Amino acid sequence: MSLDQYLSKSSILLGLEAETSSDVICQLGETLFNAGLVKDSYVEAVINREKTLPTGLPLDGEINVAIPHTDIEHVKKSAVAMATLAKPVTFQNMVVPDESINVHIVFLLALDEPHAQIEMLQEVAGVVQNTDLLELLMTATDPKEVLAAFAKSETDPKSN
Amino acid sequence: MIGKKRILVACGTAIATSTVVAKAIEEALEKRGIQATIRQCKASEVPSLAQDADLIVTTTPVATDHGKPVIQTLAFLTGIGKEAVIEQIIEKLKS
Repeated sequence: MSLDQYLSKSSILLGLEAETSSDVICQLGETLFNAGLVKDSYVEAVINREKTLPTGLPLDGEINVAIPHTDIEHVKKSAVAMATLAKPVTFQNMVVPDESINVHIVFLLALDEPHAQIEMLQEVAGVVQNTDLLELLMTATDPKEVLAAFAKSETDPKSN
Repeated sequence: MIGKKRILVACGTAIATSTVVAKAIEEALEKRGIQATIRQCKASEVPSLAQDADLIVTTTPVATDHGKPVIQTLAFLTGIGKEAVIEQIIEKLKS
């Protein structure tokens, strides 16, 4: 199962204009809410969680990623919303919360069940580790390109 | 060796990153023929669960005053330094 099955055209925001991490989470969260996938408590819960348990992931190259999410009680159906940012937005480092990092791509995760999500999460981790794919996402101008890229690059569980 | 080693995998909410990390550790150890019991928990639960673990692996800062070894890393999510962390885990499990 690849990420394109959890994403939809309406939940892919490319070249998003945002000033803060809360702004990004709000705009992405709205796409999930409008699609009936999350409750109205979701966005605030994600924003609050990000403050104490940040999700910024510093990567090897020039593109950094964040994977904000929250508890399952705010989610109706598992899904992912994604944004490439017009300019880098500050998120805090997940493993060193005092450290700020410039994030370029955000995957907002809506998880409705702890362990059923393993494949979706492994896909996200796979994408995060694929620098070429991240670079491609940054240049995409149409959600269809993004969906096609994910469908093509489905992580092969055996290739590890 | 006195039975299976126990690894406690912690993250913020115990549903997202710890799931990926737990699975990655499980697969890495399996490949090397090492058995361990892996349990996921929230960072806030570490103080109460640490006594039943031999090693704690976490993606977010956790309490360290329980006397158990703690490895704080994003390696299983970002792939950066993953092999080195796996070696670290194996070393801690052997001691």
